[in-house]
Amino acid sequence: MIDLRTTRISEAPSYDVLVHGEPQPVSHLPLTHGRLPRWAPVLVAALATAASTLVSLTLHWNAFSWAVLAAVLYSVALSLWSRLVENGRAAKDRLMTTLVWSSLVIALVPLVSLVWEVVRNGIGVMNAEFFTYSMRNVIGPGGGIYHAIMGTLLITLAATVISVPIGLLTGIFLVEYGGGRVARAVTFLVDVMTGIPSIVAGLFAYALFVIFFGPGVRMGIGGAVALSLLMIPIVVRSCEEMLKLVPHELRAASYALGVPKWRTVLRVVLPTSMAGIVTGVTLAIARVVGETAPLLLIAGSTDSVNMNLFNERMMTLPVFIYYSFTQPGVPPQYGQQRAWGAALVLIAIVMALNLLARLVGRFFAPKTRR
Amino acid sequence: MTAPVAVRRPKARLGDRVFVGTTWSAGLLIVLTLAGVAIFLAVEGIPALRAGSADLNGATNIVAYVWPLLFGTLLAAVIALVVATPLALGVSLVVSHYAPARLSKLVGYAIDLLAAVPSVVYGLWGIGFFGVKLVPAFEWLAAHFGWIPLFAGPASTTGRTILTAGLVLAIMVLPITTAITREVLAQTPTLQQEAALALGATRWEMIRLAVFPHARSGIVSAVMLGLGRALGETMAVAMVLSASGVVTLNLISSTNPSTIAANIALQFPEAAGLGVNALIFSGLVLFVITFAVNFAARAIVARSSREAR
Repeated sequence: MIDLRTTRISEAPSYDVLVHGEPQPVSHLPLTHGRLPRWAPVLVAALATAASTLVSLTLHWNAFSWAVLAAVLYSVALSLWSRLVENGRAAKDRLMTTLVWSSLVIALVPLVSLVWEVVRNGIGVMNAEFFTYSMRNVIGPGGGIYHAIMGTLLITLAATVISVPIGLLTGIFLVEYGGGRVARAVTFLVDVMTGIPSIVAGLFAYALFVIFFGPGVRMGIGGAVALSLLMIPIVVRSCEEMLKLVPHELRAASYALGVPKWRTVLRVVLPTSMAGIVTGVTLAIARVVGETAPLLLIAGSTDSVNMNLFNERMMTLPVFIYYSFTQPGVPPQYGQQRAWGAALVLIAIVMALNLLARLVGRFFAPKTRR
Repeated sequence: MTAPVAVRRPKARLGDRVFVGTTWSAGLLIVLTLAGVAIFLAVEGIPALRAGSADLNGATNIVAYVWPLLFGTLLAAVIALVVATPLALGVSLVVSHYAPARLSKLVGYAIDLLAAVPSVVYGLWGIGFFGVKLVPAFEWLAAHFGWIPLFAGPASTTGRTILTAGLVLAIMVLPITTAITREVLAQTPTLQQEAALALGATRWEMIRLAVFPHARSGIVSAVMLGLGRALGETMAVAMVLSASGVVTLNLISSTNPSTIAANIALQFPEAAGLGVNALIFSGLVLFVITFAVNFAARAIVARSSREAR
């Protein structure tokens, strides 16, 4: 017997075990395997950055090549070190961790770059004239996007007026009267409808209006119809989700009081889920307000203010951006500056709508007891 | 003996009947609209079958007109998917399994922002900034990898190539694919993952053994939904691409195939007569393809969610 209390590990007698058929003393088998210190990734990152900087400075590389070289050096060096100290599986794990995180960085670079470029190029033209003048009879500098802002507002408003009732009623149909074959088909078709390309929506609106108004028709309301086609599925989806969240006890209590179903839906279910529905509608507006292709086809483009949805061409912000950049006139820099400025305004509108939707969702949500 | 009580169905109230009728017809309207899209496009597109070369930019018939556009559409979409799929998978993994909760929420917001940027702004950024920055990379590719037919060159000097368009499309597809993939990954069973870790698996082995098998069909449908978006995206391609309607696999030269959607956007404002019908016909082709892709993707989602239940 060995007295475990007094025997230290190093003095423990060694027993023979068989490894590959050869007897081996047990003390030669490690009980733990090697691990890299916690700061290993930081150290390797610092070294890789330094090495890459050195190479880039001597060879006059740009920032992009520098970043690529640093990333490659980092992943190779860390995996090699891990393979030597730890084992092959740990090395693979570290390599995959590096790849997963770098995919995030690669995905975020365009976002940052895009926002930065739009702000940098667009901030220069921001002044009172830019927001209050149209492009009528403007050659060279000056002019503004008043006509485009008005067109975007009117067409988006009309699209909202068309799609919110249809979308809301369909959402109620699916949640309150659903379950049948028709409801399942509608759910599925709404899902498929979210994938309709925006240009096809524009073509549909054109093909529809040509029947009534003849070839070459251009009308603001046509743009609204096309946008509704893109907006309805989003509204249906969010209304459906929100109505499903209303607790069933509320409906049951209302029925127990003898309230008919339609009044229950209108007076109990809808008010409870109103905040969520408003959020969903706002997000849907944010989604379609930047749509270009359908408006390019059916709403057309003009330099003047047109407030009549049912008559002639109407300018909108996205179409303005497109034409100002691709056909900037002579000299080109003024038109292109206006395009960047309009892009900044459009992004600001979209972001404001998104923010508004989140705020509505947060502050007007029904108070739950949690 | 008591007389049997006559049980009558309660008469439906007028308000209820009107309300049911209204909501039902709203649902029906959506079905009809979808059918209407197909019908109107077909009605306006069919006349293009007898269009001649004068209306078709020199193509002899409608098939010869649509085929190069279809090729460009598929090529750009394939480039976008090849780039976006691994990225979306990586970003979703960061959100679901790698980042701490607070950070993954931030990443989620950032990806939502990426989805909110209008496509015309992507086009502006692509033509005014991104494409220009890519020119040195194209020249490098043409110089060192010119033996691969994809990079045969000569490199475009403006950067307005199908590769640039594909990369911009990849950025636009990324949020859609990521949104669905990250939901799918978050729903994989936690117990099996913890069991894998307890058996000594590394994190990557755990993901490969206990996450991917449960998420496979969801990831496939996410990629297909991304494909649907890439096929139909218009403005970014119309602005970025300098198209000449050729059929070529050379990704970085200045002669590029166009896509159906971009071609419609570019030609429609000036088109007249049968030219309009030809464009609508190509739109019909695009509609049928994207409908099929979305249909298949949604069917996969519906099937896998039924199995999970």
